[in-house]
Amino acid sequence: MSTDVDLLIVGAGPAGMAAAVTARSRGLTVLLLDENAGPGGQVHRGIEHRAAKDEQDADGAKLAAALRSSAVETRFRATLWAVEPGGKVFWSEEGAARSAVAGRILLCTGATERPLPIPGWTLPGVMTVGAAQIALKTAGLKPQGDVWIAGQGPLLWLYAKQAVEAGGRLAGIVDLSHGIPPAALRHLPRALMAPGYLLKGLAWQRRVKRAGVRVIHAEEIRAEGEGRLARIVVDGTEHAADLLLLHDGVVPNTQITRAIPGCAHDWDAVQACWKPRLDAWGNTTAEGVMVAGDGGGIGGARAAAHAGRLAALEAARALGRMTEDQRNAEAGTERLALNRQLAARPFLDALFPPRPVTAIPDETIICRCEEVTAGKVREAVTLGCLGSNQTKAFTRTGMGPCQGRVCGPVVHAVIAAARGVDPAQVDPFRTRFPTKPLTLGELAALAE
Amino acid sequence: MERYDVAVIGGGMVGTAIGYGCAERGARVIVLDEGDVALRAARGNFGLVWGQSKGDGMPAYGAWTRLSITLWPSLAERVSGFAGRDVCYSPVGGLTFCLSEQELAERRDFVHRRHNQGHGTVRIVDRRELLEMMPGCRLGPEVVGASYDPTDGHVDPLTLLRGLHAGLRAAGGVHLPGAPVVAIEPVGGEYRIARADGAAVMARRIVVAAGVATTRIAAMVGLDVPVRPVRGQNIVTERLAPILPKPASAIRQTGDGTIQIGVTSEDDGILETPTTTAALAKMAARAIRVLPPLASARMVRGWAALRPMTPDGFPAYAESATHPGCFVAVCHSGVTLAAVHAGPMAEAVMGGGMHALAAELHPDRFARMPIQHVPAI
Amino acid sequence: MFQRSDPPDITITWDGRELPARSGESLATALLAAGVLSFRETPVSGAARGPLCLMGACFDCLVEVEGQQNVQACMTPVHPGLRAAPQHGVRDLPEVEAA
Ligand SMILES: Cc1cc2nc3c(=O)[nH]c(=O)nc-3n(C[C@H](O)[C@H](O)[C@H](O)COP(=O)(O)OP(=O)(O)OC[C@H]3O[C@@H](n4cnc5c(N)ncnc54)[C@H](O)[C@@H]3O)c2cc1C
Ligand SMILES: Cc1cc2nc3c(=O)[nH]c(=O)nc-3n(C[C@H](O)[C@H](O)[C@H](O)COP(=O)(O)OP(=O)(O)OC[C@H]3O[C@@H](n4cnc5c(N)ncnc54)[C@H](O)[C@@H]3O)c2cc1C
Repeated sequence: MSTDVDLLIVGAGPAGMAAAVTARSRGLTVLLLDENAGPGGQVHRGIEHRAAKDEQDADGAKLAAALRSSAVETRFRATLWAVEPGGKVFWSEEGAARSAVAGRILLCTGATERPLPIPGWTLPGVMTVGAAQIALKTAGLKPQGDVWIAGQGPLLWLYAKQAVEAGGRLAGIVDLSHGIPPAALRHLPRALMAPGYLLKGLAWQRRVKRAGVRVIHAEEIRAEGEGRLARIVVDGTEHAADLLLLHDGVVPNTQITRAIPGCAHDWDAVQACWKPRLDAWGNTTAEGVMVAGDGGGIGGARAAAHAGRLAALEAARALGRMTEDQRNAEAGTERLALNRQLAARPFLDALFPPRPVTAIPDETIICRCEEVTAGKVREAVTLGCLGSNQTKAFTRTGMGPCQGRVCGPVVHAVIAAARGVDPAQVDPFRTRFPTKPLTLGELAALAE
Repeated sequence: MERYDVAVIGGGMVGTAIGYGCAERGARVIVLDEGDVALRAARGNFGLVWGQSKGDGMPAYGAWTRLSITLWPSLAERVSGFAGRDVCYSPVGGLTFCLSEQELAERRDFVHRRHNQGHGTVRIVDRRELLEMMPGCRLGPEVVGASYDPTDGHVDPLTLLRGLHAGLRAAGGVHLPGAPVVAIEPVGGEYRIARADGAAVMARRIVVAAGVATTRIAAMVGLDVPVRPVRGQNIVTERLAPILPKPASAIRQTGDGTIQIGVTSEDDGILETPTTTAALAKMAARAIRVLPPLASARMVRGWAALRPMTPDGFPAYAESATHPGCFVAVCHSGVTLAAVHAGPMAEAVMGGGMHALAAELHPDRFARMPIQHVPAI
Repeated sequence: MFQRSDPPDITITWDGRELPARSGESLATALLAAGVLSFRETPVSGAARGPLCLMGACFDCLVEVEGQQNVQACMTPVHPGLRAAPQHGVRDLPEVEAA
């Protein structure tokens, strides 16, 4: 089959930007799609429109500038929704479906936040920490008033620090983590190879506390209000609240990879998530499809950029633009840097295990689209459902417009806990193309 | 080892209906099933309870279908109770839209044939009558008419499956999912049924209802039932305000408000269920010709599932001559036929004798027959 | 709630009333900045809902934009005069314009 482009990259976060520039510099034609308005991805969102405030912003600005000055073809507000055998891809742009055939496909679709379902989390006024961070980075919205943060994980502290530094005010942080679990300690020596990471995390916490933000360590939290959030109840104590920001870590966005026939995924017991099975270069088990960045396992922004460059070199090799030896030679420093970035991961992952789903009361909605409660999912298990797919058929969980993006990890964990088995034995939702809703009119226009 | 009166192999639409029916009649029933990821048309079908197109060339199948439709209201009520929510059975009449004079002429011939074979309820309606029947329906200008059968209707097939499983349990039946059955052997007037995971049960009677996997399992009990997979792709949209009051053969509005659009008939023998953008695009294009406002409706999901198809497309039911007490049941309209499966078929399995109409659908007929490629709806 | 760091520079219409917004931002952040937390009522139970993720994943921020219903506010850039409204339950499809 003749191709329209050598390498198609989805996602213009650090992984996608770095990969695109590297691939182009090795002579590949590159088409980069992202559904956002510009480059940056999650961590560097809106980077071209705000002043760089820290090291991370500087990284992002550099990547975006390199991308803009390269001959990579970029298309923003372009949402990829199908990958078919033979390198055929489909996306939507300005209300029209488009397609192209690529020599190789590199998915750099990043991470999504692991949902933290608590009673009342469907009330207007309850959002994720990631959402508030996006509001801060893209629109300069800072928290003000009775704004609470609840949950755990490094990103929670990072946002709190960013919010405070931007002049925002937080009523308090409800820390649902459990201190340092013994399992984490055995990863500490390796983590110390990347001390910057750990010190940064501690510094964020100090910065937030210094700003006078109150931190409550708690087991239980509930959101309440009539038609919108009015208060939170933390271990039985009420606090006025007009905004509650939840966070329980991030998980790879595997919506696309899981829809690709033959693309194997494995359960990562430490990060408590599914991730595509990748070789050292980012090749999946599906011919011609690669993954780099957080979409292949959470590693952070810098790791994502290194993984992106490695994947680009491998793409160049696979397309015959360099030999294996050349690829290996050029990859050396990237790989060293990647390993250094990943050194602290096992410690961080063990430090912030997801909140146990046994803490979710039966009446709590876990599928927000179809309004299915944890109790309904548990009931489906008693009716013989072993995994997410039969449960979906029995309860409609995961059938709404988000297609299980939000509820997927929780439904999976609730089923595993209800069955009392290792989550690795519980099948996740099968995703399907189109992975994002598109109009029937757009789709029909593709019919010959 | 656990002993049962009836072991059903396959927890899809056919096996669960028969298992539920047997349990309700007092039998000790186990339904042996595969796990979460399986070829299970019961989870991927279109949800029509449909007679207008069934039995062209096999009047017994037409009559069997009509019998099921008469039994459906009672099944719907029981199943809704077990499922804990409405199965949304709505026998409001069903349509097959025609988008050109030629399609209408062909449909007219078809309806004529159906009448000659004893199916009198289906008739042709023209555009004017369609609009009278569905006031305000925004039908596209190309819709010239339809075939219409007032006895047809639709249901939420997922609630149906759930309700049949819940009913099975409520009647004391057991559902054992997780691994395929790999061997069946007669042991002293009973049968030992072994699974891939090492589990085994004993049963006096067996029902093979393994969908597209039926051929291999049926052979273990001396039954020759050729079944091949015929893939169907589906589209479902976001929830919409009421826009289509009656279900049609490839487009219906579900009780939840979503529009379901079907379905391909891909007869390539491949036991996989990918969707293809090309097929989905064609389906969407035809749906828009029927109801132009759908052009701006958003598709939320597409999927594919495999219909179990016999050489002539009609169901197959039999008790084994070599393995007494062992039955097979396979069909491509397991939703429509759920009521006869939970009723007369369950009685047959429990020793009450095969219903006269089902007896005419014996798989022996396939020995004399080439494969036909029949449309599934 | 939220406070802006930079002043708004355009005006949009929400449910018939004028709201300030800042060019370049999404409709969702414009509404949040104006103190609008509830964007719609769900088609399932009719409960009030606002945005959860702001990154296009959750489909909780559905609103009506220029007559088109069920549009993700977080993926919709604002422009001067943009008209938007809450999404009330299931979507109503617009009439097809004659070709
Ligand atoms: C909400 C959120 C906030 C985060 N904030 C931070 C932070 O402040 N600091 C930090 O270190 N880490 C943060 N992380 C973690 C962060 O995701 C990674 O460290 C880093 O961004 C990973 O880079 P990436 O290139 O793998 O993916 P991302 O940066 O996530 O980029 C993925 C890109 O793919 C695009 N995309 C996805 N699917 C499609 C599709 N179908 N079609 C077109 N485009 C698509 C997205 O629009 C996005 O731009 C955050 C994660 C989340 C989920
Ligand atoms: C796209 C599509 C649209 C359809 N539309 C309609 C419609 O509108 N109306 C209608 O009436 N019908 C419709 N059907 C047909 C209907 O879904 C099937 O007739 C029905 O599901 C068949 O039931 P079954 O139990 O034979 O097979 P399935 O429902 O496929 O179930 C087979 C079961 O057997 C199990 N199994 C397989 N091998 C083994 C083994 N070795 N051991 C244990 N268990 C095993 C499987 O795991 C599965 O649970 C449609 C089908 C498709 C694909």
